[in-house]
Amino acid sequence: MQVPAQFDYEVAASVEEAIELLQRHGPEARLLAGGHSLIPMMKLRLAFPEVLIDIHELDGELRYVREEDGVLRVGALARHRDLLESPQVRGHYTLLADAEKFIADPLVRNMGTVGGSFAHADPSEDLPAAFVALGAEVVVRGPGGERTIAVEDLALGPFETAIEPDEILTEARVPRAPQGSSYFKVERRAGDYASAALGVALWMNGEEIEDTRIGMCGVGSTTLRAREAEEALRGHSPDEELYKRAAERAAEECDPPDDVRGTPEYKRDLVRVLVVRAMEQAVGRARGAEDRTADGR
Amino acid sequence: MRIQVDVNGESREADVEPRLLLVHFIRDTLGLTGTHWGCDTSNCGACTVHLDGEPVKSCTVLAVRANGHEVTTIEAVSSGADLSLLQKGFREEHGLQCGFCTPGMIMTATALLERTPRPSEDEIREAISGNLCRCTGYQYIIKSIEWAAKHNAPTRVEVMP
Amino acid sequence: MAVETRQGHTFGDRMPRKEDGRFIRGKGKYVDDVQLPGMLHSAILRSPFAHARINGIDVSAALEHPKVRAVITGKDLEEQGLAWMPTIAGDTQAVLATDKVRFQGQEVAFVVADDRYSAQDALELIEVDYEPLPVIVETPKALEPDAPVIRDDKAEQTNNVIFEWDHGDKEATERAFQEADVTVKQEMIYPRVHPAPMETCGAVADYDVGTEKMTIWMTSQAPHAHRTLAAIVTGLPEQQIRIISPDIGGGFGNKVPIYPGYVCVAVASLVLGRPVKWMESRAENLMSTSFARDYHMVGEIAANKDGNILGVRVDVLSDHGAFNAHAQPGDIWPMGFFAIFPSCYDAPAAYAEATGIYSNKAPGGIAYRCSFRVTEAIYLMERTMDVLADELCMDPVELRRKNLIPAEKQPYESVMGWTYDGGDYHAALDEALRIADYPALLEEQKEAREQGRIMGIGVSTFTEIVGAGPKKKCHIAGLEMFDSAELRFHPTGKAVLKIGVQSQGQGHETTFAQIVAGELGIPAEDVEVHHGDTDHTPYGLGTYGSRSTPVGGAATAVVSRKVREKAKKIAAHLLEAAEGDLEWENGGFQVKGSPSQRKEMAEIAFAAYTNTPPDEEAGLEGVAYYDPPEMTYPFGAYVCVVEIDKGTGQVEVKRFIAVDDCGVRINPMIVEGQIHGGLAQGIGTALMEVIQFDEEGNHLNSNFMDYLIPTSMEVPKRWETGETVTPSTHHPLGARGVAESPTVGSPAAVVNAVVDALSPYGVRHVDMPLTPSKIWKVLRENGVEPF
Repeated sequence: MQVPAQFDYEVAASVEEAIELLQRHGPEARLLAGGHSLIPMMKLRLAFPEVLIDIHELDGELRYVREEDGVLRVGALARHRDLLESPQVRGHYTLLADAEKFIADPLVRNMGTVGGSFAHADPSEDLPAAFVALGAEVVVRGPGGERTIAVEDLALGPFETAIEPDEILTEARVPRAPQGSSYFKVERRAGDYASAALGVALWMNGEEIEDTRIGMCGVGSTTLRAREAEEALRGHSPDEELYKRAAERAAEECDPPDDVRGTPEYKRDLVRVLVVRAMEQAVGRARGAEDRTADGR
Repeated sequence: MRIQVDVNGESREADVEPRLLLVHFIRDTLGLTGTHWGCDTSNCGACTVHLDGEPVKSCTVLAVRANGHEVTTIEAVSSGADLSLLQKGFREEHGLQCGFCTPGMIMTATALLERTPRPSEDEIREAISGNLCRCTGYQYIIKSIEWAAKHNAPTRVEVMP
Repeated sequence: MAVETRQGHTFGDRMPRKEDGRFIRGKGKYVDDVQLPGMLHSAILRSPFAHARINGIDVSAALEHPKVRAVITGKDLEEQGLAWMPTIAGDTQAVLATDKVRFQGQEVAFVVADDRYSAQDALELIEVDYEPLPVIVETPKALEPDAPVIRDDKAEQTNNVIFEWDHGDKEATERAFQEADVTVKQEMIYPRVHPAPMETCGAVADYDVGTEKMTIWMTSQAPHAHRTLAAIVTGLPEQQIRIISPDIGGGFGNKVPIYPGYVCVAVASLVLGRPVKWMESRAENLMSTSFARDYHMVGEIAANKDGNILGVRVDVLSDHGAFNAHAQPGDIWPMGFFAIFPSCYDAPAAYAEATGIYSNKAPGGIAYRCSFRVTEAIYLMERTMDVLADELCMDPVELRRKNLIPAEKQPYESVMGWTYDGGDYHAALDEALRIADYPALLEEQKEAREQGRIMGIGVSTFTEIVGAGPKKKCHIAGLEMFDSAELRFHPTGKAVLKIGVQSQGQGHETTFAQIVAGELGIPAEDVEVHHGDTDHTPYGLGTYGSRSTPVGGAATAVVSRKVREKAKKIAAHLLEAAEGDLEWENGGFQVKGSPSQRKEMAEIAFAAYTNTPPDEEAGLEGVAYYDPPEMTYPFGAYVCVVEIDKGTGQVEVKRFIAVDDCGVRINPMIVEGQIHGGLAQGIGTALMEVIQFDEEGNHLNSNFMDYLIPTSMEVPKRWETGETVTPSTHHPLGARGVAESPTVGSPAAVVNAVVDALSPYGVRHVDMPLTPSKIWKVLRENGVEPF
């Protein structure tokens, strides 16, 4: 079995200490959360951090999924499984649960963290795309205090983020729950990275789409937001022809790589198909949710 | 780095390099070779152990990460001649052939039944989807887990510390 | 024949496996579990280039690493005459490269260190001066006139051709094509795939300077043959070499060849006088030790207008990679048993020609869950049959029914020179169609098509050729392909059976005990089976090509009968009766017409040590070396149902029905398990598995993230298995071997189903693997829109 190269190892006992350690060790230090993206890369000797700062002891501070005043807050050390099993997520942020079912496998989801999937900035990572659809932001903390970054602005390129070397991502925040949402992914096999995947979130005003967002992964050098497609949907009543028009725009907005998962043409076409399917499901869910509320009264 | 890990109910201490993978700590340092490894990329699940009660892939966890935590391996799933129901199920329903993925499968399935004593077939399929088997075509593994669920009883023999 | 036992399990029972007790407790002992005092670890430096000249290797920095004990290069081995080793196919393979590297991942240097982490670190300290050369990864390019000569180490080699081969009656076949009403021709590629057992390859070599004995724990499917080859290559006396093949985490052909790592680890232990372990990583496994298939084929069938086959013609380009390490049962079989290709069909004429070539890819090809290229042959035949059915506008089932060899022609003499060992192919097909409810499926498909859904039904019928093999036809590096069994009764009536074949998960410890139980009337629980240790088992050729039951199982039956003959003498002595007056009944000998006068095997065994007849040696044991008179021919009929997502190109296997006839089943539960596993592998091959390279020869999927094997989510909900039982005409138990049928028969069933699904759009063939992106392309090119 392949094994990592040598590194120094620190354990942070608090977020503050993690920041101090990051400052002390400089840009060659990396935070270690679940490790399920970083350690395989280190074993294959594609990553050589000089220092690992292990933050797993910060569960008390950073492992949570909670809804407060209509805002969903997900701590950076929340495991994928926590998100998948959270009643709030299943109830109001369905696309996150949809996406989680596609992420790696149940064992990896026991260790892999939400923060890690943002900070790793793999353009094929599902969770950032789902959070882009929700209009989410992440909170990062550094020596100068806290700031927020919109998830859609987080990745600067493949495996490169707007997080400074001495900052730590602490939380993802979803400002408002959608009425309906959905996440679709095409993978070659269970647990594979996306050939193409996308999530949509909808905010309805009666029968009209008041607002919507679409986040996509695997189809560009970063997580993408399909703004043109969103624009095509906004203010309209949902129907298949509308979805298709939006899907065409989303397909134009992406820039998929040519790789073992397929050609750019294929992935663009997948985006076309998945936008329609995700919209159908999200709208259905939005309507279903309304129905349920009506029944419940 | 000096670490102390509670392994199968026993406190084990060792000096390890920070980069030592938990699977190698278990196999090479402690000599518990029931935990296997089959890939470099946390895809196969042959190395599945429980870390604080949850199944994880020990090839992708640093041994130092387990410092002060609890690890359970296949060796503690039963003691002596006794077998857990899952172990019995795998034997009764031919849930293994070469046996290489088996400890990982049993660790994953043990955790599944602890949380979901009567899983549906789909839940079983999903639960073991991170444990690759090249021999069985999975059907008899699923039957083995169903056998254990059907004979509903504690799935783990408690090991005395 | 089977006899009843009063207790325990016997022949034919669904007996839970005896070996499971250790595996379910994590007490199996695999090669990497071997830990010896003072043991060192190793790592192999591998070439980053697919083709390059080596101008120099500098190991000095690696040697300075405080934990490094040795660094071995090709030059060091050259001094011992070990830089090159022979392959099974009669070629040579570099152990550690001296002149050039010829594929990405080729072995260049071997580092021995105190621990595996340091060994891997030291690899980065070795500097190699490579001069890159032009690369051939696309098989047909090897034959282009200006292609670089890959094997310029061989003086006689002026191009990249390894062999040219043909078989069958060329003229008769040509006549058939001239006279035919209909001919079809289909090009197809059986892609390069990997067996990918869950355990990778490895070895621990322990040379004891005191006893001068070399013990090697090795992931070997053929420990005896490996010992003999090791003795010949190294010059070590054979009795001083002990190869132990302990528990093996799956083989599937991957663990048949000798790999450079095995040689290096032995050399390192000899040099250092300490035990040394080598275990390859998954990347190394996928990049260097074995591949299978990589056959570029053209299949043709000539038929009359009613669909009766008149002739079959095949042309193959066979890619063996950088060294011809082809698994083949003798030098007359450079294409293995590919010549079985007319398969279960009554073809009056057939002819095949083939060219084998070198390329800048890993050496092979091995027989991945396959009896030496039967897999490629059956795939070719089954695909071409469906093309013919399409041409004739005939139901593929009808076409097959028309051409299957009638049962009354068995044992069938094929035009390719094989003698089949019985079989009712129509019955197997009928049973598969019954389980599938074929008429209902056709109706369902009609409805699906009306709704715009893309559903397909695929059928394949086939015969295998396994159980190599008769000495008149087969050998491995000169060794006849017999197999062996040694059976000894203990005084208390228990027995130990030692066999020359070697389990990698097939359950030999159970099924072979069941054979003895069936022959000698003791419970299978009372028979301990030993295998895999050359010091303690009789010589055998190992387990691959489904040969364990056909050859080793037969040897076990024969030795049991020999022991029974001796037991009869003892029984006669005990009963004070003439041998001729005794009959074998119900697991004991009794006086004919006087069943109360009888002796059970336990009593006879006790007497063998305590009360022997005056003219008999003590003891109750025997040995048998079995030369099979012919190959065995397991066969089957498979039906696959798929549905294709026209938006994404994803293929879902909705149902898979497999009817296998492997003759008499020793343990039906184990047989079913073997079939399930083979079907999953076949579906993997059909849908997702392929080793890919870029133009520079870079391996694109050297890990399980990218080399995809099926998980529990990709296999259908049920393997719908069925059986017919036609005993083999020559095997002493009527058994045939089964484990490879499902990998042989299933890929064609899946592809036939997918092509059937796409046939309304004019599609006649799609090459494996049928990945979503490939199917998407076919859909769009043929005008199928996503919505």
